[in-house]
Amino acid sequence: MTVTTDRQERLRERLGSSAKRPDGIPKVQGSFAFSSDLQADGMVWGHILRSPHPHARIRSIDIGPALAVPGVHAVLTSDDVPGDKTYGLEHADQPVFAHDVVMHIGEAVAAVAADHPDTARRAARAIVVDYEELEPLVDAEAAITAEPIHPDGNVFAELVIRHGDPSAVGEVVVEGTYEVGMQDQAFMGPESGLAVPDGEGGVDLHMSTQWLHVDRDQVANCLGLSHDKVRMTLAGVGGAFGAREDVSMQVHLCLLALHTGRPVKMVFTREESFLGHVHRHPARMHYRHHASRDGKLVKIEARIVLDGGAYASTSRPVLVNAACFAAGPYDVPNALIEGWAVRTNNPSCGAMRGFGAVQVCFAHEAQMDKLATALGIDPVELRLRNAMKTGDRLITGQLIAGTAPVKELIETCSAAPLPAEDPDPDPMALPGGAGRTADRSRVRRGVGFALGFKNLMYSAGFDDYSTARVRLENGVATVTCAAAEVGQGFVTLVQQIVREVLEVDEVVLAPAETASIGSAGSTSASRQTWMSGGAVERAALAVRARLDSGEHEPLEETYEHHHPPTSPLDADGQGDAHVSYIFAAHRAVVDVDLDLGLVRVVEIATSQDVGRVLNPVQVVGQIEGGIAQGVGLAVMEEIVLDRGVVRNASFTDYLIPTALDMPEIAIAALIEQPEPGAPFGAKGVGETPTISSSAAVAAAVRAATGLELPRIPIRPQDISLAASPV
Amino acid sequence: MSETAAFRLRVNGTERVVEGAWIGESLLYVLRERLGLPGAKNACEQGECGSCSVLLDGTLVCACLVLGASAAEREVVTVEGLPNGSGELTDVQQAFLDEGAVQCGFCTPGLIVTVHDLLERNAAPSDLELREAISGNLCRCTGYGRILAAAQAVVAERSGSGRSQRETPS
Repeated sequence: MTVTTDRQERLRERLGSSAKRPDGIPKVQGSFAFSSDLQADGMVWGHILRSPHPHARIRSIDIGPALAVPGVHAVLTSDDVPGDKTYGLEHADQPVFAHDVVMHIGEAVAAVAADHPDTARRAARAIVVDYEELEPLVDAEAAITAEPIHPDGNVFAELVIRHGDPSAVGEVVVEGTYEVGMQDQAFMGPESGLAVPDGEGGVDLHMSTQWLHVDRDQVANCLGLSHDKVRMTLAGVGGAFGAREDVSMQVHLCLLALHTGRPVKMVFTREESFLGHVHRHPARMHYRHHASRDGKLVKIEARIVLDGGAYASTSRPVLVNAACFAAGPYDVPNALIEGWAVRTNNPSCGAMRGFGAVQVCFAHEAQMDKLATALGIDPVELRLRNAMKTGDRLITGQLIAGTAPVKELIETCSAAPLPAEDPDPDPMALPGGAGRTADRSRVRRGVGFALGFKNLMYSAGFDDYSTARVRLENGVATVTCAAAEVGQGFVTLVQQIVREVLEVDEVVLAPAETASIGSAGSTSASRQTWMSGGAVERAALAVRARLDSGEHEPLEETYEHHHPPTSPLDADGQGDAHVSYIFAAHRAVVDVDLDLGLVRVVEIATSQDVGRVLNPVQVVGQIEGGIAQGVGLAVMEEIVLDRGVVRNASFTDYLIPTALDMPEIAIAALIEQPEPGAPFGAKGVGETPTISSSAAVAAAVRAATGLELPRIPIRPQDISLAASPV
Repeated sequence: MSETAAFRLRVNGTERVVEGAWIGESLLYVLRERLGLPGAKNACEQGECGSCSVLLDGTLVCACLVLGASAAEREVVTVEGLPNGSGELTDVQQAFLDEGAVQCGFCTPGLIVTVHDLLERNAAPSDLELREAISGNLCRCTGYGRILAAAQAVVAERSGSGRSQRETPS
């Protein structure tokens, strides 16, 4: 292959092509450096001692026995934290180490550095902690009025949305109470990192994370250092899905490195990973839908309680999202939504793909099906009659100014051909797989349909921005941006954007780090394509403009890209809080073994609102992967809690979909209506595949069984032990 | 570490010596931390996720479940040592790139070893056989669609029948 052909091939990898990932070759060869692969000379290993109790008072901690273990370099507790003793994304209430009270199982109590990871584990076990167990508060509903379990109180946030006429009443009313269990992000690459002291009181931290700059700020505050003394570099990230938005081991690693004067590496075990990051909020939601006889929504009332667990994390914005999107992507003239996010002694909850929209989607879509039954209208038709469109208003009063192709999504997804029923299926294709289904005559097929939507980017007055620098020298473009590549393919998109704008074939990505550039914001909220993609585009356009005006290389431009300002919600939950929305439709087909309660998801058809497809393979990858997490929440995944104690902190007991669990994914349509104001017209596609796929699967299982099934994940016993399965 | 072991094993065709290893170390730890081969990944350390899949005397195993010392005098093949002919990549590795099977990439090395192993034993797996064969390898990013497409592309390529049935957008 000639050099010319190589160049032509790369230049073809512009926007709209399935350009290849620049990190693909090392990833398939096993040489890509994930955060758990890092090494340094003189390195020692860190380990964290965690609370075995969900709520307890610490009477005393004796680190002496751990210090006596040969090979131990440091044992640290709360007394060794020189700066702020707590951190947090919104509200700094999470202790680096529990001091007098532990608030959830797995809370960090002490940390050890030793010459071997097993030495560190054994030394941690040798620390003697005298706990006085306290009654755990584990009921979110009760927490609203219960005696405070924390000086900051039990209510992280409460809000109300009053929209339209509160006295409006529909001719037909349906109601229901719905629950969503606690889902884990369960990324594959466990939390890990390497902290290297610089010998001058500062530290370099190589870490898998979603937002380098905000990690850096929290770490520096806890270390009592100026922010420039802590330099963070993104290490290879083995998936994120929200769980790396909060600080996990960052402060502990840096403390150990500064105390020992050595590089310190730490890798969470899977159990620690389950205990050491936030989860999706469990939700309890009571809904009442009012409609006219001809199937127009009149009013939606909802009461939403989210269990935020022990510490604040992002509970407040998750609640804002849950409330804003509580009515679903429908034209709803009147609404009353009340919501609480509360503190309990359960594990902390925060960001996970969908961020509050997933929970309410399960409820509002179950309600739409219930309403369709009450009205005698086909559920798809009912959704069409109420579909949100450009020019409608959210229940927050905000005008939908951008694209909202809900009708097109419904029409294309519902029109997808249904999969044929195999009269003699391979035993492996039966619910539960080979050897599980007892009686094939007791297998029923069901079909369910669901719509979901959410906001893109940060909302409600947050000044959301990203920074990027493009340098053109000797025909090579170098891009510097601190956006976290977590697997989604932002690195591919950067190359595509710069090739498009500058028409150069060689585009190099500088390391993502805090020292060389400003914040890119978080890799979350489906925001990096718009925010950092936009920053890269505008920096490249500025270079292009100078080229076009006759200037010569080297040329360098930096651009800080802010999205249009938004407003917080007012006391009635009204306000222009969001910038843009993304919508999706899912149709699930399931087979259910009525006797055993086992579900096989046969197929999910989907139509997705994407604005514009910038990389077809990557868009499909987000859709298929997002649906997998939605399927998991619908029928498999839940962190099982017993009075605050996690009972299944392993991949043996917390089951995520395997290749056998995954259905065929049929992409009925990618609706390309360029979004005004969005760079390239593209919408982020990370979250919507997850939002309504769970609801669609639940609807399909209801259709197959005739059961109400008001809770996900749907467990076998919810079907097999139900009073009267069909 | 008082209880240590010294042993030899063959890794990717090369004789390697391990000295001073704690006897409780897994083969995964020995490969990653003592022999400089990070391709096998540590995601669960209890044999559930397949990220550490390697071949031990030709049998697919989770390296996290094998004691390092018990691999003494045995033959280990990791993703770093898969036969790739004269090229930079094996056909499976190339197909993973071409079909978009790689996102975060943490499960990728284990899956590549597993798919190589499957196709050695079964050159023409059915869709369900393929799904069953990789069901011991968890992936959280992809939903497996592009991974199945990659494996089918290799099957088609090796049998000389051209493109796979599972279409990947181009």
